[in-house]
Amino acid sequence: MSMKTSHATFKERIDIQMQDDYMRQSVANAQERMFTNRAKAAEALGNWEQWREMGKEIRQHVLENLDYYLEQLSDKVVENGGNVFFARTAEEARGYIEGVLKEKKAKKIVKSKSMVTEEIDLNKAIIGLGCEVIETDLGEYILQVDDCDPPSHIVVPALHKNRTQIRDIFKEKVGYQGTNDPEEMTRFVRQHIRHDFLEADIGITGCNFAVAETGTVSLVTNEGNARLATSLPKTHIAVMGMERLVPTFEELDIVVSLLCRSAVGLPLTGYVTALTGPRESDQCDGPEEFHLVIVDNGRSAILGSEFKDILRCIRCAACVNTCPAYRHIGGQSYGSIYSGPVGAVLSPLLGGYEDFKELPYACSLCQSCNDVCPVKIPLSDLLLKHRRVMAESKLTPLGERAAAGVFNYVNARPALWGKTVKAGAKVANATIKDGKMPFNVGPLRDWTDSRDLPQPDGESFRSWFKNRQQTKVAKQKNEAGDHHD
Amino acid sequence: MKVNFFVTCLCDTVKANVAKRTVALLEQLGCEVIFPEAQSCCGQPSINSGYVESSKPAMKSFIRAFECNDYPIVTPAGSCAAMVKAYPEYLRYEPEWASRAQAVADRLFEFTQFVVRELGVVQLGAKLVGTAVYHPSCSLIRKLGVRDEPLSLLAEVEGLTLLLIDNQETCCGFGGTFSVKMGEISGEMVKEKVRHMSEVTPDYLIGADISCLMNIGGRLHREGKAIKVMHIAEVLASR
Repeated sequence: MSMKTSHATFKERIDIQMQDDYMRQSVANAQERMFTNRAKAAEALGNWEQWREMGKEIRQHVLENLDYYLEQLSDKVVENGGNVFFARTAEEARGYIEGVLKEKKAKKIVKSKSMVTEEIDLNKAIIGLGCEVIETDLGEYILQVDDCDPPSHIVVPALHKNRTQIRDIFKEKVGYQGTNDPEEMTRFVRQHIRHDFLEADIGITGCNFAVAETGTVSLVTNEGNARLATSLPKTHIAVMGMERLVPTFEELDIVVSLLCRSAVGLPLTGYVTALTGPRESDQCDGPEEFHLVIVDNGRSAILGSEFKDILRCIRCAACVNTCPAYRHIGGQSYGSIYSGPVGAVLSPLLGGYEDFKELPYACSLCQSCNDVCPVKIPLSDLLLKHRRVMAESKLTPLGERAAAGVFNYVNARPALWGKTVKAGAKVANATIKDGKMPFNVGPLRDWTDSRDLPQPDGESFRSWFKNRQQTKVAKQKNEAGDHHD
Repeated sequence: MKVNFFVTCLCDTVKANVAKRTVALLEQLGCEVIFPEAQSCCGQPSINSGYVESSKPAMKSFIRAFECNDYPIVTPAGSCAAMVKAYPEYLRYEPEWASRAQAVADRLFEFTQFVVRELGVVQLGAKLVGTAVYHPSCSLIRKLGVRDEPLSLLAEVEGLTLLLIDNQETCCGFGGTFSVKMGEISGEMVKEKVRHMSEVTPDYLIGADISCLMNIGGRLHREGKAIKVMHIAEVLASR
């Protein structure tokens, strides 16, 4: 899976997705559950706004001193006996990992959930080497066995599927014979992939946060699969986005608290693992070899741009869980592994406007995402910046640019504007009957597909107000005249 | 007290009654209402579509129009108020204009915000018998921080009972050009809003932003629902 998950157009994707009633019901239920749990967890912690401010400051501080902390992290990892590789591009990252796989003569690789490995299209590269790769996060596993169905959510990748669909997939693909009970299905997968953990040569994980001071990689999971993937195979490769670090364990505590509460509405997830280097001589478990791959893949460019705030993101998906557009179109409509508001900001930055130009417009600017973001990313403002970049580099449709030009010309000329309003009121009044107009083209049709037009109130306000003032003045004059008589 | 009235383009062209009621209420509260005729649209359709640079002459024209005096500016629409309040940011590389924009933005109030916070009044002597759903528009609650003001005004309306709906604070799907540029998504959002409203069968839908009301009202009309759509100024002017 690379960043781009579909070759269909945005319009085609949303048309397909919006007809999927199962998906829409699953997403609506999940959104409500996660939104409510998040709000409760934030409330339970107390002083949530101060926590958010702290989260923002920590992430901002790291971004402003990224070179320092990356060097510190890298030095520490090496000191701990690990290897570090800075990958400027997805290709470099894949190349390094392929090198390790070849050197280890790896046959089987177990993975725990990692968005950045999807971003760099790692699985394809691994399979290309003739290796077997098994996604061990339950959600990712479901998608992998379902012919690599793209993820629809950054935290809950199989959110778009309900339990019956999942049972059917397991039945068809991996010989499952049980019911659609989630616990029963989970037990099945647990048994089914246990031997993979035992046989795997290499475990690949993401990294929620790296701790610069100690050279630690932390993983936040709910299933414990990341622990198996990092302790049973002899080699562990962790792949991280270059911005995903914190200075010390003190800050880790804060961002993990924000992450767990914002993502799943819990004080902590089932497992928060901190891994510091490979197994040491006096230790009895852990990998013999550890590699940390730090991926840039466009992040440096974002860091120096007006979009840098998006790099504060801790991938909690609170914005996704509150987004009303996401609610109706689902994650796969975005055509990117990153969906929802964060995906609409990030995908065009990492993957270019060509493939993701519609995403910044798939937003009603309700700002509900800004309100829930635990690190205060002004997501809707960043979406507006995307629109601005596209409009000003003429990537928007010609007709739209022309319309904006005419509108701005008239709007900047008060006298002309006044006349237009008065005429507009007359036209609206004469043509809109019972919520319909005699002609129905362009934007008008887009509106009337699901709504009627407003019933106009008659003459424009400005005409009414002017008449009223004139009448008032005339009346005052008359009264004054009467008085003089 | 003298106040300037910023009518907004939608109220000016199609919903003049909302503007007239707002003016009547301001006058009832002892304000002398001035209508600076040089005012135009806040520019939202263009600015929010990304055409910021070419919108700047209109922003400046708007600022000039309201520099005719120093009195407060009142408008019956949250999203237009929020737009003007964003001008200083858009004009930040032209310091003189940014500070002029800031001065205008500082004098600008959404109608309920002005009545409750500035005039300190909640009782307007209104009477409207029935049940209503109040739609707390995104621009009011999230952009302007106007959450309680409309509710405290509505609480004083004789005979009116407010009903709560599921996902009350979720966007209705208007979103300006979003409603036509992403008509399908917007359409699904407004359908869901109407579904939640229909579950409590109110007599009225009340809001403080005409654009949301046009959107939800347009869907209510399409579905043939007997829910009357009223701007809060129309409610407060009911006797």
